[in-house]
Amino acid sequence: MGEQVMGSVIEGVLFLFMIVLAIYIARLRSLFAAAMLFGIFSLLAAGMQTMMDAVDVAFTEAAVGAGISTVLFLGALGLTTSEETRPVHYRFTGLFVVTATGLLLAWGTLDMPAYGDPNAPIHQHVAPHYLDDSTAEIGIPNVVTSVLASYRGYDTFGETTVVLTAAVGAFLLLGGGALSARSGRDEDHEEADSSGDSAAGGEGSA
Amino acid sequence: MSELTAQEETTPIKMRVRETVILRVVGKALVPFILLFALYVQFHGDYGPGGGFQAGVIFAAGLILHALIFGLDELRTAIPLVVVEIGIALGALLYGGVGVASMLLGSEFLDYGVLDGHDPAHGQHLGILLVELGVGITVTFVMVAIFYAFAGRSRQ
Repeated sequence: MGEQVMGSVIEGVLFLFMIVLAIYIARLRSLFAAAMLFGIFSLLAAGMQTMMDAVDVAFTEAAVGAGISTVLFLGALGLTTSEETRPVHYRFTGLFVVTATGLLLAWGTLDMPAYGDPNAPIHQHVAPHYLDDSTAEIGIPNVVTSVLASYRGYDTFGETTVVLTAAVGAFLLLGGGALSARSGRDEDHEEADSSGDSAAGGEGSA
Repeated sequence: MSELTAQEETTPIKMRVRETVILRVVGKALVPFILLFALYVQFHGDYGPGGGFQAGVIFAAGLILHALIFGLDELRTAIPLVVVEIGIALGALLYGGVGVASMLLGSEFLDYGVLDGHDPAHGQHLGILLVELGVGITVTFVMVAIFYAFAGRSRQ
C-alpha cells in the first residue's frame, strides 16, 4: 500500500513537471532553449512510462525523444534562425479550438476503463493467450518481445518499413549530404556571408 | 567516396564542444560503451526490456555523439553514405527475407516456427533474433541517415 502511495506521488510530481514545462516551452521564444527543454520533457515522459511499467516504451522515449530528436532539432536550428518571430496578433480562435479539443478528449477518457484495471477489454481479448502460452509457443522470457517480433510480426515489419520510408523521405527532401556535394557551388557562394562560422567549423574538424 | 570526404568541412551544428578538452576526452571514452550497451540491448531483448528498435536508436545516438564532438566528416569517413544507404535497405530485407524463408519452408509469411525442423520454439528464437537484428540495422542506419541529411546541409 505504501509503495502504491509512493508511486502516485512520484507520478504526480513528474506529471506536474511536464505540465509546467509544456506551458513554459509554449511561451518561450528562444528556439534553442525550447529544443533543450523538449529533451527534458521527453526524459520526464520516460520516467512516467517507467512508473507505468512500460519499460520498453520508456527506453525508446529516452533514446529518441531526449537523444536523437534534440540533435535533429539542433540540426534544424542550424538551418534557420534561433528565435521565433513574434506573432502579429494572438489567435484566440486557436486557443478556443485547442481548449475545446482538449476538454472533449478528457471527456472521452471518462468512459474508458480505469488505469490498470485487469477487467478492461484490452486485457480480455488476446492478452491472456500471449501471457499464458508464449512460454510454450515462443519460449523466450520477455513477452513484450515475443508479441512484437512474433505474434505481431507483420506490424513490426510494417513499422520497420515506415522507418525506412522516413529515411527515404529525408533523403529526398534534404538530400542526405549528397546534395551538399552537388550544390558545392552554392556553399562556396554563401561562405562569403558566413566566413567566420565556416572557418571555425573547418578548424574544429581539421 | 572522395567527393564526400573532400567536400565542405563545415557542419551547420557548429559546436564549441569540439574545442573543449573535457568533452572530447569523456566523449571518446563513452562512445564505445554506448555502442556496447546498444549491442547488449539488441541481443538481450529476449530476456529483458529492449530490442531492435531501442538498440538501433542507442547505437545511432553513440555514433551521432561522436559526430557532434569530433565532426561530421569523421563519421562520414567511418560510415560513408553508400554504407548507410545499403544498411537501411539491408535491415528491412533481412526482416522480409526471414518471412520469405519461412514461406519457402512450407509455412506462412513470418511464421518462424518452421525455421528449425525439430523444435518450433528454437525456430521462433532464431526468427526473432534475425528479425530484431534486421530492425536494429535499419533503425541505426536510418537515424544516421536522417542525421546526415540534417547536419550535411548548410544554411541557405
